[in-house]
Amino acid sequence: MALTGLQIYKLLPKTNCKECGFPTCLAFAMKLAQKGTELDKCPYVDDEAKTALDAAAAPPIKLVAIGTGERAFEVGNEVVLYRHEKTFYHQPGLVVRVKSDDPQLAEVAARVADYEVERVGMKLRLDGLAVQHAGGDAAAFAAAVAAARAAAPGLPLVLMSGDPAAIDAALSGGAAADRPLVHAATAANWQAMAGVAKKHGCPLAIRADAGDLAGLVDLSESVRGAGIEELVLDPGTTSLAADLAAFTQLRRLALKKGARALGFPIVTDAGAVTWQAELARATQAVAKYAGVVIIDHLEPAAVYALLTLRQNIYTDPQKPIQVEPKLYEVGAPGPDSPVLITTNFSLTYFSVSGEVEGSGKPAWLLVADSDGQSVLTAWAAGKFDAEKIAKTVKDSGIESRIDHKKLVIPGHVAGLSGEVEEELPGWQIMVGPRDAVDIPNYLKNVWGA
Amino acid sequence: MTAVEIPVEKWPGAVREVTLGSGYGGGTRTSTVTVGGETSLPFLGFEGALPHRPALAVEVVDTEPGDWSPELVAAWGDDLKDPAKWAARAVAEGAELIALKLRGCHPDFGDRSATDARATVDRVLAAVGVPLIVIGPGTADKDNEVLVAVAEATKGEQLALGLCEEKNYRTIVAAALGNGHLVIAQTPIDVNLAKQLNILISDMRLPLERVLMDPNTGALGYGLEYTYSVMERLRLAALMGDAMTQQPMICTVGEESWRQKEGRAAADVPAAWGALAERGVAWEVTTAMTLVEAGADILVLRHPSSVGVLREALDDLTKGA
Repeated sequence: MALTGLQIYKLLPKTNCKECGFPTCLAFAMKLAQKGTELDKCPYVDDEAKTALDAAAAPPIKLVAIGTGERAFEVGNEVVLYRHEKTFYHQPGLVVRVKSDDPQLAEVAARVADYEVERVGMKLRLDGLAVQHAGGDAAAFAAAVAAARAAAPGLPLVLMSGDPAAIDAALSGGAAADRPLVHAATAANWQAMAGVAKKHGCPLAIRADAGDLAGLVDLSESVRGAGIEELVLDPGTTSLAADLAAFTQLRRLALKKGARALGFPIVTDAGAVTWQAELARATQAVAKYAGVVIIDHLEPAAVYALLTLRQNIYTDPQKPIQVEPKLYEVGAPGPDSPVLITTNFSLTYFSVSGEVEGSGKPAWLLVADSDGQSVLTAWAAGKFDAEKIAKTVKDSGIESRIDHKKLVIPGHVAGLSGEVEEELPGWQIMVGPRDAVDIPNYLKNVWGA
Repeated sequence: MTAVEIPVEKWPGAVREVTLGSGYGGGTRTSTVTVGGETSLPFLGFEGALPHRPALAVEVVDTEPGDWSPELVAAWGDDLKDPAKWAARAVAEGAELIALKLRGCHPDFGDRSATDARATVDRVLAAVGVPLIVIGPGTADKDNEVLVAVAEATKGEQLALGLCEEKNYRTIVAAALGNGHLVIAQTPIDVNLAKQLNILISDMRLPLERVLMDPNTGALGYGLEYTYSVMERLRLAALMGDAMTQQPMICTVGEESWRQKEGRAAADVPAAWGALAERGVAWEVTTAMTLVEAGADILVLRHPSSVGVLREALDDLTKGA
């Protein structure tokens, strides 16, 4: 766990020699605590202090990378229990499972690799494919993994088998180059499984019996003793209640108790018989601390919902996703095209511009600087009032580009229309729809699109 | 074996218990619904008590909604034309509460009278035995007019009346106070505004055991994370003992999820979005589950399939808790 400035100060020589560039050892310690300088700047610090500081600097939940190349993903290194305390940093990997004897395996692998959906200007994708050993021997499993790799080159993999020989065969067959997650070492197989993971340099999942955290600690100590550093924890739970209890306890133990053995990301099998039940489990896992979420259904609607949820939950609460406040042209607007105003929250912008574009009616879209807040939130916070709307209009230079003086304000701030008219003499203020989805109808009915 | 000491938070506070239906005697309900009472974060049975699981309400509208998603129209069919039939069907689909919205009283959507509103409420009360939530049309004058009439005509039914907002709560609170009902206090996704409105309502002497709070729901992809974090903060404050944050929370999940493009568009959307038949329910279920994790005590849903999925999920979450 991170040390305070005073705790660091106690480990320093306290001679105030100034060679580090700071006036006192205390000032240096304070800067170190803020991670604003390096310990190496002190020529006199002893090894004991170095070890203590290094240990304290290690993240409480280790960052683990799965896969290689452009599609590799990293999970872990989280520092809070609740996103409002800071933010959640590393989005959980969303992985679709296919059984090794599934005749559709190659097709599923390709669909997972190709799935992509765009939201607020970002491309959202699935993170990987889990190949579960089902039927057949080690060679059959290795062949299935090879087929998946051929169908989806570069897609990160999770290799799921209780048989270390099967994992070894798949990794030796070339999969090791992709750095897949090996799933899983258990109390029964850990020695052989750790040996295989170490031989091929792959991250390793350890799995205990349902919710047995003590068993997980023992396994963690064992495999780390065998030289494995990149671990992922599978608490082996199979119900929503048990998942939530285990994930919460793991996160608390890592962050609040500094439990090194449990300071790793979590992998969970959210698979269920129906896609709906699976969606409910995966939703909880995304909101509550999972690092890798394995699902069975490649149902596009559910995948889209999960990717959107992940984007929502992992958005920094202090930094809403914003677009540049300015005058945007949608289509090729002319002097008689409508002028719409909205805020610079990216979701608001993309919803409005998408609908205007979809309507086929070119328009001027004025985006006010609302510190990235949506229309209603910005209005409530005084960041999208009549004055701001008028200033945005005046500063944009829109007046010289149109031959009318009509401004469409969002329906949610209909109550502002009188005030805006006072602030913008000569302008006619029109009230647009409350929801972006109703813009095409509005443009058609009122502006003749 | 290594012993692992599970970190357990000791919370000094608890969420208030609030009962809808005929909890105080009188009325005609055949069941009551009690929510709240939690002494831990959601579903952490190892840490505290969760005496009541979140309740599932289904939204019913007094007049046939002409602008609802085709998916909802397909699911409810002709029941949408008759609030009494619709409510009865919702109960058959698993609703523990009916949230009746008097939208037809809105000046722009029919401008029905207070007498009409009373008649509709009476018909729904006669059609189902579960407790009712009654939501006004959403304009201050008309809300006051119809909700007062409904409150007086249904004394003893212990309805939850809404929505109380900072700019319009006095008349509704007074009507609830005089007729044994509850109120729903809605504020725009903000911890302090939520507290402030609870204080104002409490100042009018309505016991806080008769107040639900609606933190204002943002749907998946449309501000869900704001609602999620405000609810987490409200629930943490409640457990830490802040009396004005200890109201059970109600979330209008159905309304928010189904009005988004994802819940409505059947064509001209990317293939990656999937079909509307799955997408609409996926959007509602994901929004609902996320808010359940943040402490939602009542979920107001729209699609019967979502009710089933949520009921199973809540069974699973409260198993052995």
